[in-house]
Amino acid sequence: MIETHEHDRSTAGELDPNWVLLFVGWLICAGAASGSLFFSYVMEFPPCVLCWYQRICLFPLVIVIGRGLFPLDRGVVKYALPLTAGGWLLAAYHNLLYTGIIPASLQPCTQGVSCTEEYLELFGFVSIPLLSLLAFTALAGILIVFNRRSLA
Amino acid sequence: MKCILFAGACIVLVLGFVLAANYYRTQRAEDLGFMAQDDSATFVRPHSPIRGSEDARVYIVKFTDPACETCAAFSPYMQQALNSFPGRVRIVIRYAPFHQGADKVVEILEAARMQGKYWETLELLYKHQSEWTSHHKVQLHRVWPLLSEVGLDVERLRTDVKDPRIARIIEQDLADGRALGVRKTPGFFVNGKPLEPFGAQPLAALIKAEIAAQYPPID
Repeated sequence: MIETHEHDRSTAGELDPNWVLLFVGWLICAGAASGSLFFSYVMEFPPCVLCWYQRICLFPLVIVIGRGLFPLDRGVVKYALPLTAGGWLLAAYHNLLYTGIIPASLQPCTQGVSCTEEYLELFGFVSIPLLSLLAFTALAGILIVFNRRSLA
Repeated sequence: MKCILFAGACIVLVLGFVLAANYYRTQRAEDLGFMAQDDSATFVRPHSPIRGSEDARVYIVKFTDPACETCAAFSPYMQQALNSFPGRVRIVIRYAPFHQGADKVVEILEAARMQGKYWETLELLYKHQSEWTSHHKVQLHRVWPLLSEVGLDVERLRTDVKDPRIARIIEQDLADGRALGVRKTPGFFVNGKPLEPFGAQPLAALIKAEIAAQYPPID
């Protein structure tokens, strides 16, 4: 904690690259969160069960990482990385289901909205589950790099 | 500096969301080429079966009940409209299963859609309607034997009819029908304009008027 505060003070006024890195991570999850809300409340796509599980990981990240920015707290990785990892695993599983690599009969979401229902294909191949996987992958990468850099 | 960046990003996100939402809604209302911005979804839901060209600007929305005789009688007019104005007309089917047991038939219809045989099945049901309805009541056991005629996998159909998505579609359509004041079937809306008075001639006239409005003749 002491270290962090010193670090923070020494860079007051100018932007610390570590802060910027975490800020970019926050932008990704905040963007993803508002995007997912856009899909369900504006475009009225009903979210499937797996989407909900991914949201459970995604939404708190906006607050956890946002809080970690003021003052910059490298300990944020401790809380943010498990959530990101959980979201990433769910998103990966979702993509395997969606692309049919895991047969749909094994999916846990036969009740309610199908997790393999196709709602959106940007540029012909970017689906909603893929967007989620990309966001979680980028976020995990940023958190790992941030952790290394702030340790150094 | 950091606070300004963070606050700025928050404002951009919220503003972006609101603007994108507005843009999306306007665009959608414009794409449909009709209807008040707030109401377009009430006429056409993403789940609604639609026939006809994607670029068509005239939407014929039909609130229908598979067990309704007049709905069956109006079915050929739908085909006629598609033939008369190729590429300019779309048919949207909404459900208003007012007859007792008709929701079960809608379930079969939606399950047939999962097998890609929606419109054939709808035609089949209309064609044989008198055989499976009596005194405005649905005789469901008489519907099933008909279905193999259009090559449906009846075994699969029996499990698919239980899909909760179908129940939600029916619920939504009933709610939209109520919102639009559909109390009798078929209930027609051409580009959001209700068919008034009811009849085959007025319907043809309404479609024609809407075609003329959407595709003004070039002279």
